[in-house]
Amino acid sequence: MQNITRYTLPNGLLILLKENHNAPVISQWVWYRVGSRDEQPGKTGLSHWVEHMQFKGTPRFPASTLDKAVARLGGYWNAYTHLDWTTYFETMPADKIELAIQLEADRMVNSTFDPAEVASERTVIISERQGSENEPLFQLSEAVQASAFSTHNYRHEVIGDLADLQTLQRDDLFSHYRTYYIPNNAVLAVAGDFEAQSMLEQLRQAYESIPSGQQPARSISPEPAQAGGRQLTINGQGTTTYIEIAYHAPPATHPDFFPLMVADSLLSGAGSLNMFSAGLSNRTSRLYRALVERELAVSIHGGLQATIDPFLYSFTAIVHPESTSQKVIAAIETEIQHLMDTPPSQEEIKRAVKQARALFAYSSESVTNQAYWLGFSEMITSHGWVENYLTQLEAVTTRDVQSAAQAYLQPQYRTLGLYIPAGNGSQGRA
Amino acid sequence: MANQSFAHADTAVSLPGPANITRLELANGIVVLSRANSASASVVLTGSLPAGSLYDSDEKLGLAGFTASALMRGTHRRSFSEIYDILETAGASLGFSGGTHSVSFSGRALAEDLDNLLILLAEALQEPAFPEEHVERLRAQLLTSLAIRDQDTADVASLVFDQIVYRGHPYRRPEDGYADTVRSIQRDDLIDFHHITYGPRGMLITIVGGIDPVLVTEKVRQVFENWHTPGQPGNPEIPDVTPLDQVTTQVTQVPEKSQSDILIGAAGLRRNSPDFLAALLGNSILGQFGTMGRIGDAVREKAGLAYYAGSGLSGGLGPGPWQVSAGVNPENVDRAIDLIIQEIRRFTSEPVNVEELEETQANFIGRLPISLESNSGLASALYNLERHQLGLDYYQQYAELVRRVTREHILQVAHRYLDPERLAVVVAGPAPYEGSQ
Repeated sequence: MQNITRYTLPNGLLILLKENHNAPVISQWVWYRVGSRDEQPGKTGLSHWVEHMQFKGTPRFPASTLDKAVARLGGYWNAYTHLDWTTYFETMPADKIELAIQLEADRMVNSTFDPAEVASERTVIISERQGSENEPLFQLSEAVQASAFSTHNYRHEVIGDLADLQTLQRDDLFSHYRTYYIPNNAVLAVAGDFEAQSMLEQLRQAYESIPSGQQPARSISPEPAQAGGRQLTINGQGTTTYIEIAYHAPPATHPDFFPLMVADSLLSGAGSLNMFSAGLSNRTSRLYRALVERELAVSIHGGLQATIDPFLYSFTAIVHPESTSQKVIAAIETEIQHLMDTPPSQEEIKRAVKQARALFAYSSESVTNQAYWLGFSEMITSHGWVENYLTQLEAVTTRDVQSAAQAYLQPQYRTLGLYIPAGNGSQGRA
Repeated sequence: MANQSFAHADTAVSLPGPANITRLELANGIVVLSRANSASASVVLTGSLPAGSLYDSDEKLGLAGFTASALMRGTHRRSFSEIYDILETAGASLGFSGGTHSVSFSGRALAEDLDNLLILLAEALQEPAFPEEHVERLRAQLLTSLAIRDQDTADVASLVFDQIVYRGHPYRRPEDGYADTVRSIQRDDLIDFHHITYGPRGMLITIVGGIDPVLVTEKVRQVFENWHTPGQPGNPEIPDVTPLDQVTTQVTQVPEKSQSDILIGAAGLRRNSPDFLAALLGNSILGQFGTMGRIGDAVREKAGLAYYAGSGLSGGLGPGPWQVSAGVNPENVDRAIDLIIQEIRRFTSEPVNVEELEETQANFIGRLPISLESNSGLASALYNLERHQLGLDYYQQYAELVRRVTREHILQVAHRYLDPERLAVVVAGPAPYEGSQ
């Protein structure tokens, strides 16, 4: 992305602006450097719950007026909490962006955290968690994550453990908010139909008076190298067997990250690092051919995420009704071993780069996505990361891909999770 | 309202209308709509043709969806591998899915690769080979999807809802069928279904992106103008739905789940009904606006019972459902149902507030430019214009049409379609909910 205006206010708030005059729309994203990575055992789910409370009002914008005010002007908004960050966005008709600016500046410091609202939101979030628990793949992913990490806070799901959701108190939430919601722990990314200088002035007026705070102390235990393969089983309803295999992956800033991205593209198909944009079909990928075409699995997907600390690179497969989990695992192992033994061809790498270029074009089309990319890459490292994304991929060599496979996809670094059904799921008419 | 434009963008982008949509109707009946988005490096292609599950027998329900899913498994010119090699090498995608009325398709590519996308679309539709091994592989995938559906509380609730609300109506059946019907489908059934049902009449293609619409519509002509299907069946008539005599409650147990899904509602109206826009605005007030409208306010915000609670209205070629949905802890099912029915009673007995209507109208009008910003949003807008015969100037008239909706009209429509004495109330989830309505 070209022509980015980068400016830091005296209070430490970093502002990134990208003009785009294709449509009369502006998208504002406020990013905070806080996520489940910052949560200690016993207090998991704080970041996500704080995000919910940010919709519960300030003295200036009481709870029930916020969402209606945005909708009335034709905008839409939402928020997401992830491993490393929490983000809030509004996409508005260009001439209505002032409301979004006022609203985000206000709730950076003035959210009420009314105890009654905290109590009501507790059951909403528990309901959100229970909805996820209905899904076998959530159960499996949560168990694999918990097993793969022994010390790092990535071991907990972003939504938090049920026990913590039942016991966290209003003051825990408010303290978390006060600690992390400060301008010098935030990034403001705005893209759309504006002139950068006048937008900067508009933002300065809204955000400049917010006092900076003490940089939050981070208490993050590095995960020690895994010393042996781990395995777990979940027993549940239905007739479908699911497998998740996870390996420890490098962080986004590590030189091995892009080679592993290419390896992922070869093994399980090209994926998008924009979590709001779908990847491609993966029917020419090595694992699809080895598993689905040979009728060992009905689907296979891979997932690599750009994170601050080493997270997981995982495969998820649904076992074919006539096959077994052992056969699927053996076939995945064979393909991984093949990549470790034999470097891919230059053609395969070129193909992975072209796929990434296409996916990047799709996921940069709207101003909402453009502002997303700016802020997201700043959370991981800096907005230059996204600017150099395709160049970095183009620089990957066949040897780099082989080395990344050898470094990260060894059996001793693996956590294997199985969802084994009781087999009593009905396949008849409902 | 003609030629209303996006005044604040440097490059004034006009709302879609007769002056900037290229529309071509081929002699064989295919309609092509295209529009340039010069800011985009990519292109989106969407469309449909009338070959959905309405054409399926009860015994082979799921055949239409099976056929649609098999189109890309090989053609008389290319193997499965060759097809996906072309697509995935270019970072492009193309897929088909079977619905009730239609088979729909959707693809995207970098603009430079549109030709390949069109060629593959034409081959998949006109010359699919249905290779035997792929038919069996696909069957296993479809059966697995059905097994997963049986374990999904929202899917189970939806199946039961349709069986109650659409009893005796074509919409009562799930378009993906049942395990036993999918097992009974043979390769010859796919070939026959394709041979008889697939054809150009009623087919619609929209293409939007960094392309020249005139050139693109010409390319569509080249790949599709020789397609003819003598005896292609017409669109089946979709009857109206007879409302239920009384509130009808059904509880289906899906063991060992953490949460229950609730669906409450009735059959709604067709997209081309003169009442549709009033119903759509009303539905927004009931279960969409802000954090899911009045339903969200009552069930989520005030009572804290659910993460999702809202309403949906799907107006298609026939009377799609108008339903309120919520996911709640099994112990809270009764309370949530009471709150929802209370809101439906209020919605169908009192006009919405002046303020509610005004802010919803402002939302509908204000969000239009955002919904038309992306290629996929524009393609979807063009598709709806043609599919529901709204007129090419619909989006230019849209603000005025929205402003004309009155509180009285919404009340009238709400009362007619969401009568609280004739609702279906469906719950799918674990015990202990036993149903007490």
